[in-house]
Amino acid sequence: MRNILEIRDLQVHYGGIEAVKGISLDVPEGEIVTLIGANGAGKSSTLRAIAGLVKPSAGSISFQGEDITGKDSNIIVSRGITLVPEGRRIFPDMTVLENLKIGAYLRKDDLTEDLNWVYDLFPRLKERSWQAGGTLSGGEQQMLAVGRALMSRPKVIMMDEPSLGLAPIIVKGIFDIIKEINKQGVTVLLIEQNANMALKTANLGYVMETGRITLTGTGQELLTNEAVKAAYLGT
Amino acid sequence: MEQLLSAEYIVSILLSGISLGGQLALIAIGYTMVYGILRLINFAHGDVFMVAGLLGIYISAALPMYIAIPVVIALTIGLGFFIERAAYKPLREAPRMSVMISAIGVSYLLQNTATYITGGQPMTYPAIDALTRTVSIAGASTKLVVIITPILVVVLIVLLTTLINHTKIGMAMRAVSKDFETSRLMGIKINNVISMTFVIGSGLAVVGSILYFTTYPAITPTAGAMPGLKSFVAAVFGGIGSIPGAVIGAFLIGICETIIKGLPSSWNVSVFSDAFTFALLIVILTCKPTGLFGEKATDKV
Repeated sequence: MRNILEIRDLQVHYGGIEAVKGISLDVPEGEIVTLIGANGAGKSSTLRAIAGLVKPSAGSISFQGEDITGKDSNIIVSRGITLVPEGRRIFPDMTVLENLKIGAYLRKDDLTEDLNWVYDLFPRLKERSWQAGGTLSGGEQQMLAVGRALMSRPKVIMMDEPSLGLAPIIVKGIFDIIKEINKQGVTVLLIEQNANMALKTANLGYVMETGRITLTGTGQELLTNEAVKAAYLGT
Repeated sequence: MEQLLSAEYIVSILLSGISLGGQLALIAIGYTMVYGILRLINFAHGDVFMVAGLLGIYISAALPMYIAIPVVIALTIGLGFFIERAAYKPLREAPRMSVMISAIGVSYLLQNTATYITGGQPMTYPAIDALTRTVSIAGASTKLVVIITPILVVVLIVLLTTLINHTKIGMAMRAVSKDFETSRLMGIKINNVISMTFVIGSGLAVVGSILYFTTYPAITPTAGAMPGLKSFVAAVFGGIGSIPGAVIGAFLIGICETIIKGLPSSWNVSVFSDAFTFALLIVILTCKPTGLFGEKATDKV
């Protein structure tokens, strides 16, 4: 399978701190890829660099064979890569519908079809479409953040800790949705501290430690890897 | 006392109070919108207002009024846009205090340039026939500008709120004022939205300057300071960042000041009309620091 996203020797610095120390990873088209690791391992920085929020200090990012290293976020989004940020970051004063519409900010075509798609995935959002985003529960806000990202019609959706702070039953729902979105043709790059769920869901996994990738394998391989078990699965 | 209670006198005081309030409101919206997006108190805003007045004088001397007014509006909007790009945009990642100091610098630069060009002499704003004509309302005779101002202010505010609540760029402005980074993830070009805010702010300020200087025609290089400061107080009163708040604050200040100025001269209180505005500021800051419609936690992460 072709790689939709290829990262080579990526480095990201914040001031004098090197958060990502030259990583390479591939995201095959149509798969679910997960990046697991402890807090501060550089996972978020990697996604932020792909999304154009921070400029990498070295290395390259290519999307569908085209170099997108250091491009502005609006260009990245228009190419078809979207990021669901950590902590959901929905717009609390806007209605659910406005939050979804702003996800399609760069599009000029008709949104009806995509709104229906998102409402089918998350019927709860349809019921609450006139409610302010800030009045939703944590799980609903996560659905809204994912729905908002889907409104840009992405080819790749990146998610930064979508299960953070949610009850286990809701987390299961979120992972079901991730699989469903993937089944409909969207490639997923997922960051998780909930390594167990992430590896069970993903086709391909990378383990990141202090800015470097230390292990690669299919989800199953990593789930049974002794080092991963000891460090991330607690078994 | 008799003069004080006559219906015409009360009507004329109220009319000019509403008119002054409207003029301040047009300036106050510029303060509050820029604060809403950048968390910056744009100290140069009052001076942009003053420059708009001077441009009115110089350009109307060279061109007929119906051409001069659109030219002045366009130049002032261009000035607001340029100030943001040259003095604030390069400091986007800098601490907020640096941007504020840059704003103070721009303020003095505009005042000094005005002093250099005018020689520091007060200049007289041209009489715009359509605004200075005298009309009579409920027995009180007044200039047409007093009637036009509140109507124009209402129309502009309706247009502005429609823009903010019902258009795509308005949605982007609301998003950027909440969260820069997430707005970028939506594909919004932050810098364009910020420029748009300065364009709107300067556009309203230039309309305000035409109305204000028609009423108070003497322009010195510091002529923007006092109306600017009062508009800023109006914006703080309403809760800085809130457009309806700024408008209500401006009308309140305009009306109260005019009433104080209109009290009988034997009471000798009219000198306190400016002090009233600032006393109001102190009271608000102590009783309700976030103002009438202010957000509870305005600090951005």
